[in-house]
Amino acid sequence: MASYAIRKLKDQLAFGLGMLCVAVAIIPLGSILLEVIRNGAPALSLEFLTHPPGAIGEGGGGVANAIQGTLILIALTAIIGVPLGVMSGIYLAEFGESRLAGAVRFLNEVLLGFPSIVVGIFVYTLVVLGMGSFSAIAGAIALAIIMMPIVARTTEESLKLVPSTIREAAMALGIRRWRTILSIVVSTARSGIVTGAMLSVARISGETAPLIMTILGSQWFFAGFRQPMDALPLRVWRLALLPYDYAHRQGWGAALVLILLVLALNVVVRLAIRRRIKVGR
Amino acid sequence: MSPRKKGSWSGDDLFRYLAAILASSVIVVLVLMILELAQGSLPALERFGVGFVTGVEWNPVVGKESFGVLPYVLGTLVTSAIALTIGVPLSLGIAIFLAEMAPSSIRTSLSFIIELLAAVPSVIYGLWGVFVFRLWVRDLIEMPLSRYLGFIPVFQGTPYGLDVLTAGIILAVMIIPTVSSVSREVMMAVPDSLREAAYSLGATRWEAIRIGVLNYARSGLFGAAILGLGRAVGETMAVTMVIGNTIGAAALPTSLLKGGQTMASLIANEFNEADPVSLHPSALIGVGLVLFFFALAINVFARLLVSRVLRVKGGAVE
Repeated sequence: MASYAIRKLKDQLAFGLGMLCVAVAIIPLGSILLEVIRNGAPALSLEFLTHPPGAIGEGGGGVANAIQGTLILIALTAIIGVPLGVMSGIYLAEFGESRLAGAVRFLNEVLLGFPSIVVGIFVYTLVVLGMGSFSAIAGAIALAIIMMPIVARTTEESLKLVPSTIREAAMALGIRRWRTILSIVVSTARSGIVTGAMLSVARISGETAPLIMTILGSQWFFAGFRQPMDALPLRVWRLALLPYDYAHRQGWGAALVLILLVLALNVVVRLAIRRRIKVGR
Repeated sequence: MSPRKKGSWSGDDLFRYLAAILASSVIVVLVLMILELAQGSLPALERFGVGFVTGVEWNPVVGKESFGVLPYVLGTLVTSAIALTIGVPLSLGIAIFLAEMAPSSIRTSLSFIIELLAAVPSVIYGLWGVFVFRLWVRDLIEMPLSRYLGFIPVFQGTPYGLDVLTAGIILAVMIIPTVSSVSREVMMAVPDSLREAAYSLGATRWEAIRIGVLNYARSGLFGAAILGLGRAVGETMAVTMVIGNTIGAAALPTSLLKGGQTMASLIANEFNEADPVSLHPSALIGVGLVLFFFALAINVFARLLVSRVLRVKGGAVE
């Protein structure tokens, strides 16, 4: 066996390497945030935030329709995805021993890592071809499919943290099981469920790939649920592809608005979680 | 449950079945997905048969149509391989550091920052990739590679920054949060008795990690890497924006410094331009079907590996 000094040195080396890995991973994050702020801030103006895009090649205008589209998309997606996800989570946590529950849990995990563009194609063939047009609805269905497993998982985890004594106490009082679950267990775990839903909103609001083949993008404000619509991530992509400097500036501006939205959701939620865990343990 | 007459329904049953039905929607979605993708790609698959998988030509012009997905499958595999080669060691280093070594005072804030990497939308990685990172890769990696190792086939080509190598490195960054957080979870599930046993034999901290933790968690760590592979294979926007988007035989990834194409980037690039009455959309859906099976196989395999390690832990709190 090597001498103690050498083994101690190896230990120090491993520590240093570990720290280096963390530092290397932080560099891109820092650079991304820095560049988005540096290039995006000059693009922000009242016109940028309140007007739809100008004619292609001429500049001017803004991303107001994309901001509106993203907000509508978030709301529609949450209306479809949150109830489905929460009910799945309740099923998994409260009736989770059956073989069906095992299959659902496993497939949720699989869907969690699934390429979003494949979900986009699926919704295209099912909804867009079915309805005969690109639409806000199709986009929301695609995003809801991505959102559902995230909400289901966080809901299941937060329900499992509720002590079983609370369930037993309710049962001892003769309260029905469904009433116990909805009014007592779910309400105890409420903050965890809300947190999961908010994190899933942060995740889907940055999704781009499935929107290409569902909402398509648009130059105008919202025109109806069955019409094409714009969204911030889609707008960032289209602007970046245009061969004009003004478009690139606007692209950075749109990216800044998007990243502020997503990171604000993330930071607020994660800080809230940390406080809750500290109290809980 | 309270006793009741046979055949009568209580609110409890109703609630239970309702929850079961809604929870089963994930099964419905996955089954429908296979059916829809298979049906949508049928025209192209019927026309080209095996050639769809083995062909390299990609020509959507009506009348001269020819669709082969081999270059994009290879492009996906090569970019993902680069991503794993760079991303997995980094992620393991991060996970080991955060789970076993870092002082607890900075542990939470560091892991919080690493998790923020996952919160940045893919399209913003792409924007940064096109206008910032591409220049770093071109000047710091590709110029020297091309100058000193340009005689090796895989380093041939003009260093331009929009190519397979840049796409692979961006993917490496993007898989770090997934791989490192799952690895960390797996390591924290290793029973303390193993660490204590190693320490009691006089091991240093690193030796305890290597012998006690890493050895035990091996299959879970492997699973974490495969989950990273799953992310890399399906990642679309960032890759689309930096890979150069070549088509047909030119998309075969013969050199790291050449433009390429992955399955996902091909779909993102061409979907809106495809003529709906031609075979083009059907061929793109076919690419989606191939990608679906890749993703399904990778994710199922990875989840099985990871859950095997996590299940051993205690049993009380899963």
